[in-house]
Amino acid sequence: MTSTHLDWDYAPAPESPAIGAVRDRYLPFVDGVFAEGRGPDLDTVSPGTGERLATVSTSGREDLELAVAAARRAQQQVWGPMSGAERSKYLFRIARGVAERARELAVVETLDNGKPIKETRDFDVPTAAQHFFYHAGWADKLQHLGLGPDPAPLGVAGQVIPWNFPLLMAAWKIAPALAAGNTVVIKPAETTPLSILVLAEIMADADLPPGVVNVLLGAGDLGSALVTHPGLDKVAFTGSTAVGRQIARSLAGTGRPLTLELGGKGANIVFEDAAQDQAVEGVVNGVFFNGGQVCCAGSRLLVQESVAEEFLARLQARVETLRVGDPMDKNTDVGAINSPAQLARITALVDAGVSEGATAWRSSCPLPERGYFLSPTIFTDATASMRIAREEIFGPVLTTMTFRTPDEAVAKANNTPYGLSAGVWTEKGSRAMGMAAALRAGVVWDNTFNRFDPAASFGGYQESGFGREGGRAGMAAYLRTDDEPQLAPQPTEAGA
Amino acid sequence: MTHLGVPKTYKLFIGGAFPRSESGRTFAVRRADGTLAANAALASRKDGRDAVVAARKGFGSWSRATPYNRGQVLYRMAEMLQGRRSEFVALLTQGSDAGSDAAGAEVDAAVDRLVHYAGWTDKITAVFGSANPVSGPFFSYSAPEPTGVVVVLAPTGSALLGLVSAVAPVLASGNACVLLTDQDPCVAVTFAETVATSDLPGGVLNVLTGVLAEVAPHLAAHADVNALDLTGADPTLRASLAADAADTVKRVYVPAGTPDFTAPPGTARLRAFVEIKTVWHPVGALALSGGTSY
Repeated sequence: MTSTHLDWDYAPAPESPAIGAVRDRYLPFVDGVFAEGRGPDLDTVSPGTGERLATVSTSGREDLELAVAAARRAQQQVWGPMSGAERSKYLFRIARGVAERARELAVVETLDNGKPIKETRDFDVPTAAQHFFYHAGWADKLQHLGLGPDPAPLGVAGQVIPWNFPLLMAAWKIAPALAAGNTVVIKPAETTPLSILVLAEIMADADLPPGVVNVLLGAGDLGSALVTHPGLDKVAFTGSTAVGRQIARSLAGTGRPLTLELGGKGANIVFEDAAQDQAVEGVVNGVFFNGGQVCCAGSRLLVQESVAEEFLARLQARVETLRVGDPMDKNTDVGAINSPAQLARITALVDAGVSEGATAWRSSCPLPERGYFLSPTIFTDATASMRIAREEIFGPVLTTMTFRTPDEAVAKANNTPYGLSAGVWTEKGSRAMGMAAALRAGVVWDNTFNRFDPAASFGGYQESGFGREGGRAGMAAYLRTDDEPQLAPQPTEAGA
Repeated sequence: MTHLGVPKTYKLFIGGAFPRSESGRTFAVRRADGTLAANAALASRKDGRDAVVAARKGFGSWSRATPYNRGQVLYRMAEMLQGRRSEFVALLTQGSDAGSDAAGAEVDAAVDRLVHYAGWTDKITAVFGSANPVSGPFFSYSAPEPTGVVVVLAPTGSALLGLVSAVAPVLASGNACVLLTDQDPCVAVTFAETVATSDLPGGVLNVLTGVLAEVAPHLAAHADVNALDLTGADPTLRASLAADAADTVKRVYVPAGTPDFTAPPGTARLRAFVEIKTVWHPVGALALSGGTSY
């Protein structure tokens, strides 16, 4: 058979960076004002190029005191006493503002974080807007949450969010806190400070009263000072389990409500009766969405032995077609790793997998010459004791193991100290429901993966953290109920 | 002719059996006048570990029992407690200066508390779960599930009512429990005897008597314990146990203020020891299904 050579390569389709209107310098947002912080300047780098994107002024300890005091004032004088209906309208305004600046936010997020523009455009930004819209509606309906007739806000919430979904995590944290009548002091990750500052502009444009949301900028030491600040009534953290443990330890004995959304080692379980091509798509989405830099990533593949060989062949063929590269290119499937430090952590775990005897397969997709990139990687011949099967890799790396029976699949999937997510692929409804019940994970996706919605609670079992975000349970994390009397807040150094 | 009494040794309750402490240690319980009331087992670290193993085993069957079944068992516990009312009144008056009226009221309240939670078991899911109206062709629901093995430090003060008020919500949602108490061991162990005749599967509730500060730190750090109720600990012990629990990201429940167990219980304790699980399932496209497109 003669063949005519067809060029199936996609032409580059880059989004314009100008849409992001990225400025050279950004400032923290405290008490309704963007003002120079007292910490040293910090450059934020675009992971897709490795080049400086902008400089941010970081916050010092004095800024932290001012922010907590401003948040306390705003909570006691403005936001707390305000009617739920009025609070709700501010949140609706913010939701609209995010939607209206969606394209700009998507570009800013992709430039600062390194994830593909198609993800920020189609997922991060619209879902962030939806979170504000959803929670806006709760603000005047707190009595219907099932927490008693008159649930009360906790007060001032200190929040620290990670770099993998900078805008969306800001929305997950801020929207329920505000709907419940709390005020917020929040710190984004030092590698992704920009999108939350655009969000702060949107809040300022929405005339959100000063001090209701305060954004501090800085690294882990500032986050540590924030979460242990005695002037807070609530702490919420999303990030690594290691840091979550430190926070839990440092808050021990304070009685301060804490929610932690930490790491995971999610299992994606493929049965022999599953629609194989759909399952391939789900496994790909599960571990290569946002380059696997997702706490609920399906980073372990458990495939039934009878179909393992065929399934892996299909999976590798599909992964081979993923386009890895320029995050700003609308055709890019897998973007950049967020930072050189994260790339080094992933690479170290991949090396550990090889040295422990697993077989690594890597996509042959060419990688850009600059920026931080890693080829999608699939490990086979892995065992449950290997580091790649136990530790969160937080990168585009899948660890494959096999099973014979549903019970074995459950035992292997639950064999982890984590418990955030799991996926099940089967055409048999009773098996899907039975597996969903048996898996010790906060979210179970049957014949789909990585679905999120503000109406659906999200959070972990075991060492994946505690507390929920989204849904009624997410609101409960920011409210005090009738049978939990209020503790007196401690005064801040700057006074309230 | 007088009958010479047969005094009882109050032993531990682990896995449905009443063993002595593996350490062989006991301590004396004295009446208000200083006379010996009984000897009780002084639990050790190893007893604590055995209790966690038993609880993990008990969790398997109890968490899978139907809510109706769990409700019936909790109600059975109320029936059994009612039948031992006079025994508990005698125990509550022996160890303190409480009059028999007050002791009787405490037992009655404890019976009612068990009945209250017996009625919760098949409502927790409906009250704290939800069908989620997500933006996409998916059936999504969130439902509470038991957290796992919960270590409860029995509240100080009301020896029976506090204990029942702490344990019942833990059991109602399907958790297994290790109860540690440094309160009157006679009350706690007699309650264990009540439970042992209530069809509660072995290991679902385990009772250890002794010194909190000796055993609790090991359980707070134990990797197979999922949650702690620190009601019975003083502020210093609460802080150190919460710190011990941090490495394994345990759920730690500490009541704000001093709980009033005579008040209606609310839901904070119920909600403290459940995990909300969200399940997503695609909804297939059917021309006549309606509602998903317009």
